[in-house]
This record gives sequence, C-alpha cells and structure tokens, in this order.
Amino acid sequence: MSVRTLPLVFINLGGEMLYILDQRLQALNTSEDNSEKVLNDIVGAMFSKDFMDELLKPQQLYSHRTLKTVLTRLAHASIMRLNQASMDKLYELMVMAFKYQVFLCPRPKDLLLITYNHIDTIREFVRHTPVVVNQVDETHRKIIEIYSSLAEGDFQLLRQTLLIFFQDMHIRVSLFLKNKVQNPNGRFALSPSGPVPHGIDVPGLIRMFDRKGREVRRGEFPTGGSYTSPIRQGCFALHGNRVITLGMNMYVGTVLTPHHLSTHACTPSPPAILLQKDDAPNLLAKEELNLLARLMGSMKAEDMPETETGFRINLFTSDQEEEDCLFGVINIQAMQDEQAATQLARIAGQFAEGGEMPEELSSSKGDDLLAMMDEL
Amino acid sequence: MAADDAKAVLLREGSSMYHKEKSIQIKNSASALYNNLCALRIAPRRLTYFTVVHANVVNMVSASWDGLNYSHRQLQSKEPNVATSTSLIMQAAFCSLPSRDLLVVTSQKGIQVYESDGSIMVYWHALDIPETQTAQAMFARGISAVRDSYICVGISTGAILVFDVPSKGSNITLSDVLEGHKESITDMASECCGGEVCIADLVSADDGGNLCVWKSGEEFKLLNHIPGFDISCSSVKLWKGTVVAGYGTGQIRLYEAVTGILHAEVNAHARWIYSLDIAPYSGLLLSAAEDSLVRVWHLTMTPESQSVEIAHLHNECVTDTQICGAKFCDADGYAFAVTGYDLSEIIRYTQS
Repeated sequence: MSVRTLPLVFINLGGEMLYILDQRLQALNTSEDNSEKVLNDIVGAMFSKDFMDELLKPQQLYSHRTLKTVLTRLAHASIMRLNQASMDKLYELMVMAFKYQVFLCPRPKDLLLITYNHIDTIREFVRHTPVVVNQVDETHRKIIEIYSSLAEGDFQLLRQTLLIFFQDMHIRVSLFLKNKVQNPNGRFALSPSGPVPHGIDVPGLIRMFDRKGREVRRGEFPTGGSYTSPIRQGCFALHGNRVITLGMNMYVGTVLTPHHLSTHACTPSPPAILLQKDDAPNLLAKEELNLLARLMGSMKAEDMPETETGFRINLFTSDQEEEDCLFGVINIQAMQDEQAATQLARIAGQFAEGGEMPEELSSSKGDDLLAMMDEL
Repeated sequence: MAADDAKAVLLREGSSMYHKEKSIQIKNSASALYNNLCALRIAPRRLTYFTVVHANVVNMVSASWDGLNYSHRQLQSKEPNVATSTSLIMQAAFCSLPSRDLLVVTSQKGIQVYESDGSIMVYWHALDIPETQTAQAMFARGISAVRDSYICVGISTGAILVFDVPSKGSNITLSDVLEGHKESITDMASECCGGEVCIADLVSADDGGNLCVWKSGEEFKLLNHIPGFDISCSSVKLWKGTVVAGYGTGQIRLYEAVTGILHAEVNAHARWIYSLDIAPYSGLLLSAAEDSLVRVWHLTMTPESQSVEIAHLHNECVTDTQICGAKFCDADGYAFAVTGYDLSEIIRYTQS
C-alpha cells in the first residue's frame, strides 16, 4: 500500500525505544556520561544521512522481523548491549505504544505531529551534542519537505498500512492498563467523547437546502456521544507546540520498574497472517533482504576499539548475572544500598513462580530466565 | 418501512429500533480499509455470503438464514505470474448482474474476478506497474457492477477500468478506460433503485472528495462532476438519482446526481466515515465511522420540492472499535452487519 511508511515507522518506533532506554538507564543508576553516550550513539546512527536517505526512498513496509533486526542493530550502535529477550520485550513495548498512537490519531495528518513529538524529545536527549542535534534537524527538515505535499487521503492510506502492520497485536502492557488507555482484553479505549479533531464539526446537525442553495431547515439528532469543539491545530514546523500529546514521552515521571514494562500476551488468536509471522524460516522475501542489506550498510558501523568497554543492560530484570560479556563488563546493575537491594528482591520476586528466592534467580543462566519470562 | 413507522417504533418506551444478534466469527480480523464488508443474499439457497478483507486474504463466510450453518473459505491474493511477495488487498465486493453474480477482489497488483462463492477465479487483470517504485502507491480500489453487463474498477491513478462481462464463461474484456479523476479512486456505486428509470448509472469518488456521475453504454458518458473540498470521499451510494457521499470529515452529503445540487449536509460522525449503505426498497441509509458509531437514517424523496430529506433514526456503538464496514443484509434494511478493525467477527443487528 503506502510507500511512505518507513521513515515514520523508524522515527516513532526508535523514539519509543529511546524513551524506554533513557528511563531504564536512569532507574539503573547509569552514569550520566554513559547514558548520554548511549543515547547520542543511537540517535546519531538513526538520524545519519545515509540511513535516513535509504528510508526516505518510496518503498513498501516490510515485516516485523526485518524491522526488529534493524532496530537491534541501531541499539547496538551504542556501547550498550541488550540480550535477545530484552530486545524482544522492548520491541513489543515499542510496537504497542506506536499502535496506540496510530489508532488514536485524531486526523491522519496528525501522524506527523506524533512523529514530531518524538523528534522533539529526541532532540532534547542529545541537546548537549551539536553534531547530533544537526543530524536530527536535517532529518526533520527532510521529513517536513517530503510529507508536507501529501494529501489527507495519502496520510489515511499510510495509517491504514500501519494498522495492517499492527493487526492482531493485543499485548497487554502493564503501564497502559494502569493508565486505562488499554483494556484487560488488550484493546485500546476509544470513547465517543471529547474534542473533535481540528477541521471536523461536532456531530449532531442536519442542514437542508433548496435548489438555489439556500438553507431552508436545520435539525439536530442525538449523537450517542458527548463531543466538544476542536482544540487548535498543532504546529507542523521545525519547532512549535504540537498540541496533541500522542508521541510524547509517557514514561516521564514514572519510575519505570520491570513491572511497568511487563507485557502479557493474550490467549492465542487466529493464525498470524503472512506479514506477522516471525517464526518463518529464513525465507525473507528477496526485496526485504535487499532492504535489510541496504539499511545495515548505510548505518555507521564504527568498530569498537579494543580498549573501550561496553556494558550490558538487562531492561526487564535486575539480575546480577551476565558476567561474561564480550567487552569486559561495567556491571551497571551493582546496587550497593539496602533500599535498592530490597527493590531488587521485590522486582525479582515478581518474575518468580511460587516465591522462589532471589538468590536462585541470580544464579540461573540466560535460558532459564527466558523460560521464566515466557511464563508471564 | 416508512419513516413514520420507524419513528413510532422509537417512541415506544424502552424500545430500540434494532437489537444485536449473535455475531458471526470469521477466521481473521478485519483490516482498516474503506467499505470492508460485503454481503450477497442467495434467496433460493436461503443463505447469505459475507466477505471481509484481512491484509492479503479475503475471508468468506456463508451463513444460512436459520443461523445453524456457517461455512468458511479464504481467498489469498495469489496473483498469477507474481513471483515475489504477496499483495495487499484493498477491497472485495460482490457484483450482481442480471445473468450472474461475481466476486471482484482488487489489490496492489491487479484485479481478480471469482465466481460468487469464491470457488473459481474466472479473470485476472494485472495493473500497469512501473519497474522502479514511484512516489505514488499503485493499487486498484472501488468496485461496482453497472447495468446489465459491466463491472467498473477504480485505480489509484484516478482511472476507471470498464470490463464487459458475458452472461457466462470467462471471456471478460476491458472495454473502456474512464478518465474523470486525477486522484485515487476510493469508492464507486451504481444506481440501486432497481425498476425506476434513472438517467445516471454510476457515481465514482476520489481522495479529493470529487464525484463523477456517469451514464453507461458502449462508451460511458460523463454526465456531471461535483467538486470536493480536498477531503476524501471514502464511501458513496447512488439511489433514485441522489448521490449519498461520506467524507473523512465525518460529513454525509446528499447531491442531485445530474445537476450537482446539494440537498442536505449532515455532521454525522466525529471521525472519518468508512462505509455507507442503502436499503433500496425502504430508503434506509447506514453510515459507519472510525468513531465507533453506526447510524441509521431515512431518506425520503419529496417530489413537490424536487428534493431529498434525511432523518436520523438510530445509533449503535461498537465499543472501542473503529468500524470499517457496514452493510444492510436485505433490500428493506431489516437487518444489517458491521465489521471493525482488529475484530474477528461480523456483528449483526435486526429490527426489533
């Protein structure tokens, strides 16, 4: 369908990824230097000219598998390392957040405002590094240039393409359930109330005209909802008030524990469609393989110097394992004080079946952990 | 059912014009596409076919009227001579001609025509797709049977293909290409009033909200062009010479087809309208939108003022659902069916 989805998909999904990483890095007491470096490196890779130019070429949207592969590579453009389980869960969160934003998007064109909300926050993350800020600005300008000429119908086609991409995903996210934006059945809340989108009239009015175009009668009908007049339109320029809040950092102000980020798959739904199958054998369609190659090639893959130490981060547990990292670990999970230790035990307990002791958890290796997470 | 009878039903205390029936489960969820539900009544066999599009698959379910038998079939958009990735389907619609019923499926790659039960593909038309990807998405969308032997299909370029259909067999031929639109076709509809003589046979709508009114024949003739307001007309119907159009602004407008005179304008929905349908015998109109609401209206012709009036009758809210398809199940509007994005069921309502 739409051939203009990829740039928006990467900026929005990438944005959600950065929101979560930023919050977790803070919660795990990562040094400010390390945090900033991680975010700068990822943003730098994502908004690099070559990578963005590849994305901006008109092309179809590809599979979740391809996107996840590229996003993992982007995350690893930094000195941070995520294990597969973390990346899988992270991807689920990113996608559900973006699905929520696309689903509730007031007008199709507001997809741009959602994207600009992500870009605005990303710019804030890297504000101390002018080189990267420039990259972000350049990309933002290109997006404005290309998407300004799209009609509302094109944006709706784009949105419909994204909705097909997200179809049948009803992963329940604890934070969304808590905020009541998602129901226990995994569906997002949609209320027939509130302000109508900009440019739309509040429903309820019927107007009749004579053959000369003069209004001869008007009437009202019961709408079954409680709508109010539209709020003002958001700003589509490089800087400005976007007005709508979708796409802003919903993790700000919360202390993100693994519990908030925990996800629960729903009961098995009808068989996944072709586009959703991540368990397909390595038979990515030829075009997807080509795209993957082009995208990976366009990312700046700076070789890690021997002396530099990377660090491994577990996003969704606070385990103390993972000693055998490739780069010699800075163990960022080492929390000294008692309060943190208690919190660790509590968080670890939430992932244990039948009250296993945290010590047992920390001694288990990666596979057991994965199995345990699958049981959630 | 006359408007007066309908209103009388509503005035009865505690009663509602329609009530919800048992849903039909389908194999996949519905995709967020315009007009994503089609129904075909097969009276001799006392059953109704429904079609719902899910990405690259058409879900067909055949439902017996006694509610006891349901059978399912899935059509994948496996186009011949297409070696690479599968193609997303934009729309599936039944085309009823005097001699036969056919199922037309439009996708990014082309147009497939099946027997109405989906058993055999009788015709395939490939879209002219350029070698290298252009900035413009390419697909077919907008399907309508016209008069005795035509099936018209719209293209994202704005062109409309006219196919000549024989009374049986697969010798379908492309007989005309209509150039009335510059923007992507969204929906098309033919005159559905049946017996009465009408001047206009077909109306087509596009992403700019422009409407074209046509007369069919060996060469189709453009009778009128009704300009839009840069907002997509996502669903359109033609009844007794009146165009009923639903827009992305949630508005419904009634135009006199041949002259373009605006009869009425309704601020009907708070979000994009996805589907309209008319029950031709009763003049009932169904509208459904992303705002999770389905509304039932009544259209009355007023010959004295040479006008059409619209009155609201009923609302149904499908909780937390962006509706993408709504169709009457019969020509009186006694029952209607609804589909929604991410929903794996066809929800049905019947008059109380």
